Formats: sequence, structure tokens, C-alpha cells
Amino acid sequence: AAAAAAAAAARAASSQPQRDSRFNEVNDSDISTFEGMLGATHVLRDPSDVARYNEDWMGKYRGSSSTVLRPASTEEVSGILRYCNERMLAVVPQGGNTGLVGGSIPVFDEVVLSLERFHNVDDFDAVSGTLVCGAGCVLESLEHTANEHGFVMPLDLGAKGSCQIGGNISTNAGGLRFLRYGSLHGSVLGLRAVTGAGDELDLLTTLRKNNTGYDLKQLFIGSEGTLGVITAAALALPRASASVQTAFLGVRSFEAVLQVFQLAKQHLGEVLAAYEFLDRDSLELTVQHVPGVRDPLDDPLPFYIVIETRGSNADHDMEKLEGFLETGMETGAVHDGALAMDGQQASSFWALREGITEALRRAGPTLKYDLSVPLPILYELVEVCRERLGDAGDVYGYGHVGDGNLHLNVIAKDSVENVRNVLEPFVYDWTGSKRGSVSAEHGIGQMKAHVLDRSQTAASIALMRQLKGVFDPNGILNPYKVLV
Amino acid sequence: ANVKMSMKEEACSVVKTGVSRSRQGFAMRVLVGIKRVIDYAVKIRVKPDKSGVETANVKMSMNPFCEIAVEEAVRLKEAKHASEVVAVTVGPKASQEQLRTALAMGADRAIHVLHDDPLEPLSVAKVLGKVAEKEEAGLIMLGKQAIDGDNNQTGQILAGLLDWPQSTFASKVEIGKDGTAQITREIDGGLQTLSVKLPAVVTADLRLNVPRYATLPNIMKAKKKKIEQLGVADLGVEVTPRISIVEVNDPPVREGGVTVESVDELVTKLKDEAGVL
Repeated sequence: AAAAAAAAAARAASSQPQRDSRFNEVNDSDISTFEGMLGATHVLRDPSDVARYNEDWMGKYRGSSSTVLRPASTEEVSGILRYCNERMLAVVPQGGNTGLVGGSIPVFDEVVLSLERFHNVDDFDAVSGTLVCGAGCVLESLEHTANEHGFVMPLDLGAKGSCQIGGNISTNAGGLRFLRYGSLHGSVLGLRAVTGAGDELDLLTTLRKNNTGYDLKQLFIGSEGTLGVITAAALALPRASASVQTAFLGVRSFEAVLQVFQLAKQHLGEVLAAYEFLDRDSLELTVQHVPGVRDPLDDPLPFYIVIETRGSNADHDMEKLEGFLETGMETGAVHDGALAMDGQQASSFWALREGITEALRRAGPTLKYDLSVPLPILYELVEVCRERLGDAGDVYGYGHVGDGNLHLNVIAKDSVENVRNVLEPFVYDWTGSKRGSVSAEHGIGQMKAHVLDRSQTAASIALMRQLKGVFDPNGILNPYKVLV
Repeated sequence: ANVKMSMKEEACSVVKTGVSRSRQGFAMRVLVGIKRVIDYAVKIRVKPDKSGVETANVKMSMNPFCEIAVEEAVRLKEAKHASEVVAVTVGPKASQEQLRTALAMGADRAIHVLHDDPLEPLSVAKVLGKVAEKEEAGLIMLGKQAIDGDNNQTGQILAGLLDWPQSTFASKVEIGKDGTAQITREIDGGLQTLSVKLPAVVTADLRLNVPRYATLPNIMKAKKKKIEQLGVADLGVEVTPRISIVEVNDPPVREGGVTVESVDELVTKLKDEAGVL
């Protein structure tokens, strides 16, 4: 037991997994079986076809899977998983592959189960705003469909052009509308999923209220494809707002960011839809790397806020917004700002916030930390990291401050490893000590499996392992992720 | 090709006697016409009865080319070529929002000619002409066209009614000291530079400038600026429409492309389906 504990500690410390020898390698007989199930076109073997499924969006992780399966029905997914259980083949479910914690790609030679062919919208009830669709639907195209009917998706994130709703749900994605529409735990009404053992679970109801036993769908939301594979979802969509107003504000300190947040909640109340912040360095980097983006204000300021309201009455909302902005300026909390006068200006303000991720990727290899931290000290960690790093790297702070979620990003000047050693596990330990979350919205994946214990107790993790054993007895689904 | 041309004989003669003290030069008042339209980013929906497009609950904004015109007018004032910028619009009560935007961008005051129904370019030009005379404008700036009608007529008709020179599709505006202006226009063959005698009508094209954002201090200041209300009747203008819209339809839906398996299949499709062989 001591040896096992030491081995676990060594693994956890290095966060480098070893290939689990219980898993077999894919052989020709397996390929024939898969081809029999799906047709040869949907069993990818050519290395050039399979390459993109093996690498994550950031180019940080690369697996060595030889096989990608593309089923088109829940039945096929069930068949695949049952077979993989018999043959002890590890499987990675994959949606849009835009995750930032290495959760959606193989670590070794796991078979990739792509949900890309589940791109059908099955039903949309324009009265209730209930959408039923396949897990492979791209978020942005669902947004367009919703807009046509006068609704919006309850979530929005920078990856919307590529991410799929199944992946969003499996990771309980947050994003820019979280402040207004809440978590997917609330917006998802039902799911169709296949457990790791290969059993189909039909939880695909469109009912708003259904207190009949344990709410199993909640376990699939946020478990990052380790308990089952989601194939379809039913979502409650909010109505599109007649009035959407966007403002870009500049303030002189992080305290001011928080003061203005209080004012916003007070004056804007129920029409406040988004409250994001970014620091000066993030703005400059984005202006530098993303074409067509510029600083809307005349003088440089240390912090900026993107604020959005959504309501049913433009006059009403403008009145509230102008009242809020006037008070902000009178109290001195808001130093300067601009109000978008049309849709294009609104998009340009959002581009300053949403473009940061792209800008970081272009600027260099980025270390990303996604943390929930108590609001008063949310930016403290950024300053502390800057001090610790000195010249070794540049630190950027931005994020969903309205949700208490900091995105801390670091670009190393020279050695990424050096920077990583300085920052890890320091950033996680610091966050844990403040009772924050080591992963506010990005999830655990393979990146943060070794620091799960900073935000969850041993008893909780033990219970999670038990549940894993219930849904995926052989542990074939997304191994080396979340619980290791 | 950069072609120097003159509009009329009178216009191309450069006045050598220095700064004019009349309506041009230091005391020049710029009148900017703006229009409230459906926001550029909104997806347009045709009404079920095909009488027009859906405007209920749809986001409305200042026409993008009008924004550019306002920006240019404000820049002229900042460069001391103009002494005052007056924004004017003809439209329903809600159009005041767009006048507030113009004021927030730097216009000094605004005029709202109240009229609930949409107006044709001829009617708008007549109204603007009366306002220009009333305000003794030395320069009128408009957007080249509104994104709802895409008519591209108002500026031209207005110049004709006032018998003023016109420079449409302006991508550069330079005010001279001699009561003239040099305007670079975007035309099919490239760029054309005109020298016009002021007062004149100039319509703004996309590349004239990038409009500034309305910043908070200016939005607050704009609240104190005056918006004068006028009726079409006050100006003595008759605006009965001469054109009626018969029907509005969506553009035909784009058909998806088809992949063919062989050259033979391609030829068959071109012959039998597309009918081009």
C-alpha cells in the first residue's frame, strides 16, 4: 500500500501518465468489426486523416491513435462501446476538439469516437424555445438556428465556430452568457447518452420539471466524457432580446472593476447580461495580433470592462444604462468608456475580449490557468505571478469577472519548462489555499488531473471513483483524464 | 488612375483673393443628413405579406455611411475648416436616438424633421434643401446611400434642387482656403479628384474615414445639446410618394452544390439538368 501510494504520488507530481497495460491495441480484426458496424468510410485509418483528431487546438498535446470512428446513431455508439469493453480497447469521445485541458484527444493509442456526424437538429418548439439536436451540432450553427426563431443559445464562447454542443455539455462549458443564463446544469432538459459499459440511456425529455428519482443527466454534464458519451440533447433556449447594448469601459484599478460591477448590478439589475474584464497587456496583445481591432479609448488604462445588457425594451434599457454610466463617471469609478452605436461597434468591443485567446496563441506557447477565485483578490494572483516570473515571461489577466472566473495566461520568453516550474504547482496551491477552483470552466482533462485534490476533498474524489466504476466498469472511456 | 477634372467652368477657377468671409471658410456651417435604418448586423426578414421587411423589435442604428459623413464633418470642425456641425434627420420620433449619436460624436446641435412614414429620396432631398437654406449651410455631407433602400439618389437630387456642385462617393475631402474643396471620389476606374466651389453636396463612401466611437463624456455632453423639432409642413415641402412598393421578396435560395463521380456524369448533368451543353 505504501509503494502504491508512493507510485501515485510520483505520478501525480510528474503528471505524466503511463499507458495502462490493461488496454489492448487495435488489430485488423477490430477494424473489420468496426467497418462492419459503420461502413469503411467511417472508420479512419490513414495517418493523414487521423492526425487532426490526435492533436489539441493549442498544439500542446498529441496522442497516437491509429483509428477514428464516426458513428451516426446512438445504436452504433452503443455497439462500439460494447465491443470495446469486450476487447478492452480504450476510447476517447471527441466533439469539436477545442478543449483547453487535453481532455478530448488520445493520450496514447485510444480509439477516437467522433460525434461529428450527429449534426442534426431534430426538433425546435418555437413556443417553448426547446431545442432537440444531435451532440455533433456546432454551437454557432445552433445559435443561427435559434436566432431565426427569435431565440438564443444559453451559452456563447470564443470557440463557437468549432465546438459542438455535446462537448459543451460534457465539459459544462461556461462562457460569456453564464452571468445571465446560468449553467448548462440548468439549461439542459434532457440527454441521450451511452454509458461507458455500452448501455443506452434515454433521458431525452423536454420537460422543464421532472422530479422522478435521481437526475442522472446531471452526472454526464461536466464529467468530460468519462462516464458516458452524449449523443443528443434537449435544451431550453432563452428568448432573443429586442435590445442588446454593449459598452466598453476603462478604469484605473481592479478595485474599480469590482466597484463598477456593484454599480452595474444595482442599476442594470435584471438586464445585465455579461460583465467581462481584461488588463492593459491583454488589450495591447490583441490589438497587435488580431486584424481590424483597435483600442476604442484615447488614453491607455490598466483595466477594461466589456459590459452587455439584454432586455425587451430598448428605451428602458438605454435609460438604465445611461443612469449606470453617469453614476459610474460621477463617482469616478469609470474613467472613460464608449457605448456601441451599432451592431458592428458592439462586435468590435467583443472582439477585444474574445480575440485574446487567438492573440495569445499567435504570440507564443501559452500556459493557461482557468481559476475561480474570491472576487476581492481575483487579480492578486496575476500580480504575484508577474513578480515570481520577472523577465522569464509575460502574464496576462482577463476573464468572466462577473462569475468570479480569472483566465491567467503566461507566455514564456524563453523556456516554457522554466516558467511552468515557477508557476506550478504554485498557482494551484495558491488557489486551493483561498478555497478557489483550479478549473472554473475548462475542466480537468489530462492537464489538471494531478491537482484535482486542491479543489475537492479525498472523500469526494473517492465517491467520484465509485461512480466511475458504476458507469464504466472496465474504465475504457477517456482514461488518463479527470480521475487518475 | 488619378484624373483631375472640373465640374463646371466656374468651379475650376481658383479664387485667388484669399479667405472668403461669406458662407465658406472659417464661418462654414456643415449640415449632415443622417438616417435611421435597420442595423447592418441584423438578419433581414421579409414580412409574410411581402409588403416590406420586418422592423418590429429589430435593432435600428444610424446608417453606416451616415456615420462616416458625421465623422468627416466633425473632423472638419476639429481642423477648423468648419465652425459648426448640424445633424439633421427626417423620420419618426425614434430617429432622435440617431441624432443623439451624432451629437455624441461631436455634432453641435440637431434638427429633427418629424415624419412617420418612410420617404423617397426626392422628398428627403426637398426637405434637406429647405433645411440647408434655413441654416445657411456652407457644405452638406450625406452618406452615399442608405443600406435599406440602396437608392444612392438623395445627395445627387439635393445638389440638383439647390443647384450646387456635387461630389459623390467621396474617399477624401480637403477644404481649400479659397472657397473651394478638393474631393477624391471612388469610381469604377479608380480615383477621381474634383475641385468644387462651395457650397456643395458631398456624399461619403466607405473609405473616407473610420467613425469614432461615442465615448461617455461626449454622450453625457450630448444630452445637453439642442434638438430642434420641425414638421415637414413647417418647411413648406410636399412629400407625397410617387413610388409605391408592390412586393418585397427574399433573394432566391442558393441551391447546394453537387459532387459528381465521373466526367460522364458531369457531361450528363450539364446537358440534361443545367442545359448548357
